[in-house]
Amino acid sequence: MSSTTPSQTTAADTLTVRVNGREVVVPRTMPEAVSGKAVPTTMIQACEAAGVTVPHYCYHPKLPVAGNCRMCLVEFGTPALGPDRQPLLNPDGSPVIRQSPRPAIACATPVSPGMEIYTDTDGVHAMRRAVMEFLLINHPLDCPICDQAGECKLQEYALDHGQAASGFDEVKVHKPKTVDLGPRILLDAERCILCSRCIRFTRDIARDDALGIINRGSYNTIAAYPGRQFDNNYTLNTADLCPVGALTSKDFRFRMRVWFLKESKSLCAGCGTGCNLLVGSRENRIHRFTPRQNDAVNSCWMCDEGRLNYRWVGRGDRLKSPLNRRSGATEWGTVLDETADLLRNASRGSVAVIGSARATCEELFLLKKLCQHLGARSDCVPREGEADGLLVSDDRNPNSHGARLTGVCFTEIGINLPYLANDIEAGKIRTLLVLGEDLTKPELELPTDLLGRLENLIVGDILPNPTVDQAHIVLPGCAHLEKRGTFINVNGRVQRFFKAVEPPGQAMPETGWLGGLLERLTGEAPARSAEALFNQLAEATPALKGLTWAALGDQGVTVEV
Amino acid sequence: MAEEHRLITKQFREAGYTPDLDCYLRHGGYDTLRRALRVTPEQLRNEVGVSGLRGRGGAGFSCGLKWSLVDRRSGKPIYLVCNADESEPGTFKDRQIIHLDPHQLIEGMILACYANDVHLAFIYIRGEFAEGARILNLALTEARAKGFLGKGILGGTYDLDIHVHRGAGAYICGEETGLLESLEGKRPYPRVKPPYYPAVLGLYQCPTIVNNVETLCAVKHVLAMGGTEYAKLGRPNNTGTRLVCLSGHVQQPGYFEIEVGAVTFRDLIFDPAFGGGLREDRTLKAIIPGGASAKVFRADEKVTLGGPGLEGAGPKRKVDVLDLPYDFTTLTAAGSMSGSGGIIVLDDSTDIVAALANLSEFFAHESCGQCTPCREGSLWMAKILRRLGSGQGRAGDADQLLHIADNIPGGRTICAFGEACSWPVQSFVGKFKAEFETKEAGV
Amino acid sequence: MDQPPPVPGVELELPAALTAEIDEIVGRYPQKRSAAVMVLHALQDHLGYLTPDAMEWTAARLELQPIHIYELVTFYPMFRQRPVGNLHLKVCRTLSCALAGSHQLHAHLCRKLGLDPHGHGPQTTEDGRVTVEFVECLATCGTGPVVLANDVFHEHVTPGTADELLKQAGVSK
Repeated sequence: MSSTTPSQTTAADTLTVRVNGREVVVPRTMPEAVSGKAVPTTMIQACEAAGVTVPHYCYHPKLPVAGNCRMCLVEFGTPALGPDRQPLLNPDGSPVIRQSPRPAIACATPVSPGMEIYTDTDGVHAMRRAVMEFLLINHPLDCPICDQAGECKLQEYALDHGQAASGFDEVKVHKPKTVDLGPRILLDAERCILCSRCIRFTRDIARDDALGIINRGSYNTIAAYPGRQFDNNYTLNTADLCPVGALTSKDFRFRMRVWFLKESKSLCAGCGTGCNLLVGSRENRIHRFTPRQNDAVNSCWMCDEGRLNYRWVGRGDRLKSPLNRRSGATEWGTVLDETADLLRNASRGSVAVIGSARATCEELFLLKKLCQHLGARSDCVPREGEADGLLVSDDRNPNSHGARLTGVCFTEIGINLPYLANDIEAGKIRTLLVLGEDLTKPELELPTDLLGRLENLIVGDILPNPTVDQAHIVLPGCAHLEKRGTFINVNGRVQRFFKAVEPPGQAMPETGWLGGLLERLTGEAPARSAEALFNQLAEATPALKGLTWAALGDQGVTVEV
Repeated sequence: MAEEHRLITKQFREAGYTPDLDCYLRHGGYDTLRRALRVTPEQLRNEVGVSGLRGRGGAGFSCGLKWSLVDRRSGKPIYLVCNADESEPGTFKDRQIIHLDPHQLIEGMILACYANDVHLAFIYIRGEFAEGARILNLALTEARAKGFLGKGILGGTYDLDIHVHRGAGAYICGEETGLLESLEGKRPYPRVKPPYYPAVLGLYQCPTIVNNVETLCAVKHVLAMGGTEYAKLGRPNNTGTRLVCLSGHVQQPGYFEIEVGAVTFRDLIFDPAFGGGLREDRTLKAIIPGGASAKVFRADEKVTLGGPGLEGAGPKRKVDVLDLPYDFTTLTAAGSMSGSGGIIVLDDSTDIVAALANLSEFFAHESCGQCTPCREGSLWMAKILRRLGSGQGRAGDADQLLHIADNIPGGRTICAFGEACSWPVQSFVGKFKAEFETKEAGV
Repeated sequence: MDQPPPVPGVELELPAALTAEIDEIVGRYPQKRSAAVMVLHALQDHLGYLTPDAMEWTAARLELQPIHIYELVTFYPMFRQRPVGNLHLKVCRTLSCALAGSHQLHAHLCRKLGLDPHGHGPQTTEDGRVTVEFVECLATCGTGPVVLANDVFHEHVTPGTADELLKQAGVSK
């Protein structure tokens, strides 16, 4: 096989091809999307390496190849061989290229040494134009009422590769519309181009082989088995994968035109995986989460539970104003002064802190400073669930490593809680600062009247709960979607996120009021920005040594934890 | 004087021949197998290679070459599947063999399996041939009982079993990778090639040979008479005999076994030994030469043969279609194909638009719908033709048909169905355009 | 996430001989899924058509999801999800038979049985006894028009011989 390699200087594990005349060196094999097995590098991968985008519908780098849409057809040639199986050379020494009489789909066709791929010829454009025409003849062309409009590959490619008019003048094939595939996904079979991405995703990635194609030929239709719900925790990924408006999210459907959405890079805080996502918001209201590709974390996917976990951010009963129930103060300045006084006057050893592994590294960093200043013991609240072997982690806190690395809690989160509870009951701890946790939740198995024994309960949170109700001082904070910060996921991936929407009322990022308290207590104002705080934390923490906010980039950095 | 040359059909067309094992044995059945088991599989493969046998299913791919491509070093089992999904309109030979001489097919299969170190083989028979499946199952039971199949065939060390697998009504299962998907219990979507060449990644991702019924019967005769002798029949690169099916407007439709290239269309249609001519007072209008997907010939067409770059070369010359010898290379050079050997004869009573509409309806019904051009294009063409045929033609319909048909074939689809559904349209409309344009006026 | 278990507890009353036959069929193949079409044939022959229970039973028997079976049942025209008549006449529609008069034959049968002569798919008489279906090429092109009556081929069928067929089946006088 390798004996026919043209006399090019190619390393054993790479080969050289030309894409539209430009030479590019690619690995001979690449990992297969699902199995990870080494398989020959394909034309579409070589084109990508050359910076040439080949339009495609069914191909997806994270799914097995299907080869059915035919949009990625390209022309190509290979070095001609003489009777001695040696490459024939032109007078100038370049290899003679034998043009293939037939096109090839770039997604499935392996590259070979010296291959020339042409993506910009009249022939290729004609083939794309034809595929576009075929895809559109039975399509309803209902873009004005289609959720996909604005991020639809049919629209985009119709503009790039299609034609304005079609010769189609027949009755279209009609198929089921508004098919309830499952609790979160609707199908409009007429919009479907049968690329089979959804089928492959749910079969090969979600491992719930629930979808198929029924009927035949032009009448082919995506379907679940009648009476069976398409209901796993990853179904909404099929709406992302669907290159057209066939699969839509019931949650997002008809909610907002996508071109109005502002997209902010964020993370899912639903568990320790830290799936990267984009927050789609408009006028300070979140309309959807979509996964943001990060191959070190979540590939292109996220679970439905995490994706739909945003509505509460806009709840009307959010905590909007600081409050000292004793003084009646509702101004940040006054409330913080009063809180600082209270902490200052507390006797050493009588203050404890219960933080949250849902807080950001920067918040936990400041919280630890506060603990150190007050001589307060601290811990966080564990959150455990069942891992699903895919993305959902058994650790439902997004930042357990952050809580450990900052020293707010020990290796086993929550190990201190019973001791702290004992000391509260024993009257040793009389002032408790709680950050973002409801200590009355039954699964914590804390004594029911515990909080009532405290002299001072200071609670920073974002939504009302029984702990907030009992607090003497309430400090309203922000959802992570309303601020910037970093989380460290279960595998030690340090990832940053950005603000998508403004917090309600006077609610402020926790670093704001924590900084305010520290300033009042120590006379020294800590840094305010997430960048500066992270950089200080990294400087101070051996595991994060050398890291900076800027160096994290959008994909994060994995550290030893 | 043109005549048949019967090898495969010789015995079962004799009076009194029955499909049971006794009759087959009385006629020397399984003798070839007995002899073959004494030589090595490589020798048998070599004989088939020497014979020049080309596949009789439609593509005419060299059988020896197909076998030589089998990956024998994968460590995986090698499978053989007999393609008995006979579905190409105009083709009706395989069912005859199955009904009248099942043991000939089975012996051919055992030989092919032994030659390729296959221990499990299937006969994929189209679902409508329920009777054929019963006959084959009976014959297989007989063969097992006599030790021609099973463990230690004929007392030797070679093991093989063959099972009959029925389809359920799908032309696409005749496409070999669609067939394999179907045999795996999936929708018969043809596989993307590369990488899924059956010789390497076939049934259950194992090396697999898919051969047509007639091809496997021919294998038996190749091995019975020797590859060199077999290659003396027919013409270079067009060796042996093949079954030709004649239907449509001839006096004597039926199947005939000819030496490849030894007879012409004129012989096949008009000779009393074959079609026996047209119906009274009719003239020839068109010939579909190799199953419905083959490009049609006009009866008055002159075909250019020879010249550089063309298969079946020789000097460049114009040949009357009726004088074309019926073989693989000539018909390819003439712009069509001998395909599955199904010739449909159309006389001057034929409404050419209706004939094409009929075929396009077939292809629209049979497109599996996996890939875009064929899924969308096949039905689109059928819809236009339905209109044209029912007096609702519109100006530009003929050109529109050509536009669609030009955008489907030539490697744009996953399998050759793209060609199959568009070649008839390209050729019918291209060669009889006036008749289509007449209908555009809505008559 | 684990694959949901194949439909549990789909009960299908089948004679022992049939389940034994199905066991034998399944055993022929290196992979169970291969047996799907053959098992569906066996069930359809027994039940007359493929009920949801039959499809779910097949899926469970072959350790598949029901959608895999549904994909096949809706693809292959020989599988049906509703009953047909005791006499199922499949008239070949494709070119060679059409040239020999199969469309006239189909229309004749439909008119005679009170069915729509322009209908394409399976049409069953009101009394449920006869089904007429226009089907694609039956690979018997030399002797058209061809009719597959249940599983038996009838060649050179004329309206007259078709009437005879109906008579023999006791469908008409």
